[in-house]
Amino acid sequence: MIEFREALTFDKNSPTLVMKDLYKSYQLGTVELRVLRDINLTITSGEYVAIMGPSGSGKSTLLNLIGCLDRPTGGDYLLGGHSVGTLDDDQLSMIRGACVGFVFQSFKLIAQLNILENIEIPMYYQGYSEQASAARAIELAEMVGLGDRTRHRPSELSGGQQQRVAIARALANDPLIILADEPTGNLDSASGTDILKILDRLHSEGKTLIVVTHDEHIATRAQRVIRLLDGRIVQVQVNER
Amino acid sequence: MVGFRIKRIIKLGIKSLWMHRLRSTLTALGIIFGVSSVIAMLAIGEGASRDAQEKIAQLGSRNIIIRTMQPPEDKAATGQQQILKEYGLTYNDAERFQNGIPDVQVIVPNRRLSQQALYRNRRASIEVIGTVPWYPEISSVRTKFGRFLSTTDMRYKRGVCVVDERVVKEMFAFDDPLGQDVKIGADYYRVVGVAAEQVKSKASAADKDKDATGSKKAAGGNVGGIYIPLTTVKDRFGEMTLQASSATGMSLERVQLQEIIVQVQDIDQVLPTRQSVETLISRFHKKNDYEIVVPLELMRQARDFQRIFTIVLGSIAAISLLVGGIGIMNIMMATVSERTQEIGIRRALGAKKRDIVIQFLSETLLLTLSGGVLGIILGSLIPWAVSHFSEMRTVITSGSLALAFGISTAVGIVFGLYPACRAANMDPIDSLRHE
Repeated sequence: MIEFREALTFDKNSPTLVMKDLYKSYQLGTVELRVLRDINLTITSGEYVAIMGPSGSGKSTLLNLIGCLDRPTGGDYLLGGHSVGTLDDDQLSMIRGACVGFVFQSFKLIAQLNILENIEIPMYYQGYSEQASAARAIELAEMVGLGDRTRHRPSELSGGQQQRVAIARALANDPLIILADEPTGNLDSASGTDILKILDRLHSEGKTLIVVTHDEHIATRAQRVIRLLDGRIVQVQVNER
Repeated sequence: MVGFRIKRIIKLGIKSLWMHRLRSTLTALGIIFGVSSVIAMLAIGEGASRDAQEKIAQLGSRNIIIRTMQPPEDKAATGQQQILKEYGLTYNDAERFQNGIPDVQVIVPNRRLSQQALYRNRRASIEVIGTVPWYPEISSVRTKFGRFLSTTDMRYKRGVCVVDERVVKEMFAFDDPLGQDVKIGADYYRVVGVAAEQVKSKASAADKDKDATGSKKAAGGNVGGIYIPLTTVKDRFGEMTLQASSATGMSLERVQLQEIIVQVQDIDQVLPTRQSVETLISRFHKKNDYEIVVPLELMRQARDFQRIFTIVLGSIAAISLLVGGIGIMNIMMATVSERTQEIGIRRALGAKKRDIVIQFLSETLLLTLSGGVLGIILGSLIPWAVSHFSEMRTVITSGSLALAFGISTAVGIVFGLYPACRAANMDPIDSLRHE
């Protein structure tokens, strides 16, 4: 486990994420259901990418694959130069914790833990010491503007504030990519804009962002928009700024 | 690294158990009662067994005790055909044991009768024990003050006696009994010594104390015993006793000796010697007017009984802990499905299967271990209360504590492992989506 963690060093010049002829299929009885096919995608460090597509287009599956929650059925997926397809469950957990920061639509904070403890979870599984993770959690909470609410429970915060906690949590291990799944889906427009501003700021700080969304408005903020339909990438649109 | 991890895992476990206090308490109750009942039952069993063993040990493990019994046909006989009943052990029997059986080291013939003793104006029912000077050698009776009976006392049939501690308390109160004269039956006897039964444990000492204060009279309603030379007893009391019984009215009994105690040199000789004693005595006693008591055999029986008792208690305990364990498993299963999303979140944030197993297993273990500790406390209080209120002796052995604690830990692991593995094996994608 330690060895693998040490091996998680990345070449800054190579692309952060490479997908080559990737496909994913599920076995439904005797029928093989291909939910993703011929995915070829390269995302370099510091990019802001939006993935769009109607429901059933394979967005969620692609998201799970990028987030290392699932393995591709075929093709190559390299995250930071590591081939995800060959990793075992433990290594998958490791790379997920170290390289991916998740931001979910419904925040997915653990209700029983306070804000600080929620932010600390990813660091706990990476073997941070208690002091180090507490210090970093406070730093992150302050960064998302919640330095004064660290002892509160998620239920005591507004939706926008909860999502900011989730972003702080996603940043905890300084991941290669931040993967946001409809980050404003459960928020009113004001808090939504708030969150998008934070994402913009992260992008300007050099983070690699991948946002899955329905919202064209959000997509315009990204540098690239990848549109999926029926499991294929049908369009890659580069936004001029 | 490992140390701080364990600390954090425990912290996390305590936290989530604390969040469901009522549920945790109710779940732990199964273990608490299981463990405490194991300890309490074993303590009571152990106490009873030790009591029995000590009482038997006081009889002497190298001794064979032959006692006079009223033969059954005599008991059955009614009417006046038999006014004089003659039965029991005789001086000849004692002589035969002495001469006829090898390995016999000491022989003590005893004559016991109930009498009234009088000192000044104090009267008490006592047991007269006509015995020989070497009686202390084969019993737990020891001289505390003065001396025991001597061979000279025997030879000259002197009117001396050694009184039991309990008799001293009852009759002499603040007087020094040595040198005083006590009237027993029709004659006076000079007290030459005070004897006491040597007791090993505090509990039975307390027992003796209660006997002495009169709250619990010794068998036959006697306060205690007074030892008189056997020859003196034979001479002064004779061998006849007048018995009053409801069925036959008055009857005379003639019994020479109430008991003969045979001691052998080595414990291994006890059982063969018992055989010889039985063979020898059955040749001369056509009536079944004796019984042979072998303390060593009793001790072994007591030990066997204790073993069975322990097995039975153990099975009951195992069943109750099993039920407790199933309760815990049930709750943990519910907890796992209730916390499906949390598991998904933790997995997404980098938790390995192993981390999830450890998290849930440690919660179960905390539950059972704290249940075990509380059970041990409660289980130690129950025997204490039992001995406090019922004068029953209880002994908590460290073995029973270790057993109870070990079992509760094992229950935690066995019944916690399945829910924990189930939690870990859930698909992270599905569990994340679970609301």
